[in-house]
Amino acid sequence: MSHLLTDTGIIAGRYVRQTLASRLGVLFGLLQPLLFLVFFGPLLRDIDLGGAGDSWQTLVPGLLVQLGLFSSAFAGFTLLIEKQHGVVERLRVTPVSRLALLLGRLVRDVLQLFAQSLLLVLVGVAFGLRSPVAGVAIGFVLVGVLAASLASLSYALAMRVTSPQEFAPVINSLNLPAVLLSGILLPMALAPDWLDAVSHFVPFRYVVDAVRDAFMGHYGGTLALGALVALALAAASLGLGTRVFRKAGA
Amino acid sequence: MPAAIRTAGLTRTFHTKNRTVEAVRGIDLTVEQGEILGFLGPNGAGKTTTLRMLTTLLAPTSGAATVAGHDLIADPRGVRKRIGYVAQAGGVDPVVSVREELTTQARLYRLTKPEAARRTEELAQDLDLTDLLERPCRALSGGQRRRLDIAMALTHEPSLLFLDEPTTGLDPGSRADLWQLVRRLREQRGMTVFLTTHYLDEADALADRLVVVDDGRVAAQGTSAQLKEEYGGSARAGLQDAFLALTGREAKRETERAPVAV
Ligand SMILES: Nc1ncnc2c1ncn2[C@@H]1O[C@H](COP(=O)(O)OP(=O)(O)OP(=O)(O)O)[C@@H](O)[C@H]1O
Ligand SMILES: [Mg+2]
Repeated sequence: MSHLLTDTGIIAGRYVRQTLASRLGVLFGLLQPLLFLVFFGPLLRDIDLGGAGDSWQTLVPGLLVQLGLFSSAFAGFTLLIEKQHGVVERLRVTPVSRLALLLGRLVRDVLQLFAQSLLLVLVGVAFGLRSPVAGVAIGFVLVGVLAASLASLSYALAMRVTSPQEFAPVINSLNLPAVLLSGILLPMALAPDWLDAVSHFVPFRYVVDAVRDAFMGHYGGTLALGALVALALAAASLGLGTRVFRKAGA
Repeated sequence: MPAAIRTAGLTRTFHTKNRTVEAVRGIDLTVEQGEILGFLGPNGAGKTTTLRMLTTLLAPTSGAATVAGHDLIADPRGVRKRIGYVAQAGGVDPVVSVREELTTQARLYRLTKPEAARRTEELAQDLDLTDLLERPCRALSGGQRRRLDIAMALTHEPSLLFLDEPTTGLDPGSRADLWQLVRRLREQRGMTVFLTTHYLDEADALADRLVVVDDGRVAAQGTSAQLKEEYGGSARAGLQDAFLALTGREAKRETERAPVAV
């Protein structure tokens, strides 16, 4: 166990240093949600969004989940590139714990997401977002858990495929429908019944609703359901990721 | 002294969409400690596949092996602690600095931070990388890259080193340097070296013993002199003649091997 922790720390350190060395990349990942916030957010100000909160309490949580979805869905891409350079095999010849190769990357991904989320929320506050600090913190944790699950699926896929040409289409064809169907930009409460019904099959929807409630300071059933969905998703995808990484180490 | 490597019936079959490739079909070999073994064979003979099995990267389809005193299947972690491996195409990240790669590698072998920093300096000195430590790996020449790959594999002072075509793409000067290095590792540290090569002069000059593989099987083994005499026709024949007689192919010629149909 202590092996796993130490190894995870070493691997995480390697990637955190890489991320810090390319701060521009971190900002670049934030560009899209920031554009939405600045150029789309003001349009929502006086529209009835069907929920309890104001427009910023609706939009910012959605953008956080979107940020988590996109960055983690493509996380496997970096692994794929490392694999092509032989880095993954080199790491696997060392006695490092196979699981640490996955967990170390996830630690970096979540830390990076937190840094980006913080910036996004601060810009949101400048535009008029008002939310309890505890609610925002809960929202971050939910988005972090969601992102870690998706990133681990993405890494598992990257371990199994051999080229970006196999990887990208799978991610793209899953990601966009997921974003559209989880009510990220506008709440699904606005959707016609059939669309609302379909969206109930997309797990991210519950997380979006939960983060919105947290940002409004409503700590009730919606939040609990979202947390439960996020945890179930995390358990399933970490389990799968672990299996793939362990097996690749045979 | 127990052997550094002992394999029995090592086999690996790959299943792809519509075909089966028997890359390695039952390899039995023994490598003594301190030996430099040359593993020769035409393209697609199964050299890399054998190496990847012996370094725990690839599970054998069947067969058994003891590597550096540990059972390959039962104790892969024990094997990993004792071996170093330089893959055919290397394994450093182009965007990461040479120092970062060497230090992280040392940390993965459980050196403390100060130890890892010291080991990095030591290895850089040993492999003439000191002036390159702050460069990103992508900014190294082919020869410098090779030296870094080898430095990475030597981090934990392994007792057994696997080199997959270490001199491919190097100029004659760098090749000679690398031969020198391999000899030095054996002389100074008693390291066992298992290296694959396409170059017969390299095998001749460097290896104590040769194993020629073809089509996933051991076609012959012995010292260079033995192989020349036995398969080349006379002790004065070249290794090239022996290689041709054994594999029916020129060394270093690209060959398209027909896969086994399912
Ligand atoms: N992952 C894989 N999936 C399917 N077939 C493979 C795989 N790896 C190797 N092979 C096949 O196994 C055979 C042996 O390949 P291997 O790489 O071991 O040869 P080699 O002796 O190292 O050749 P070279 O001298 O070209 O490096 C080849 O026919 C190759 O196509
Ligand atoms: Mg090869």
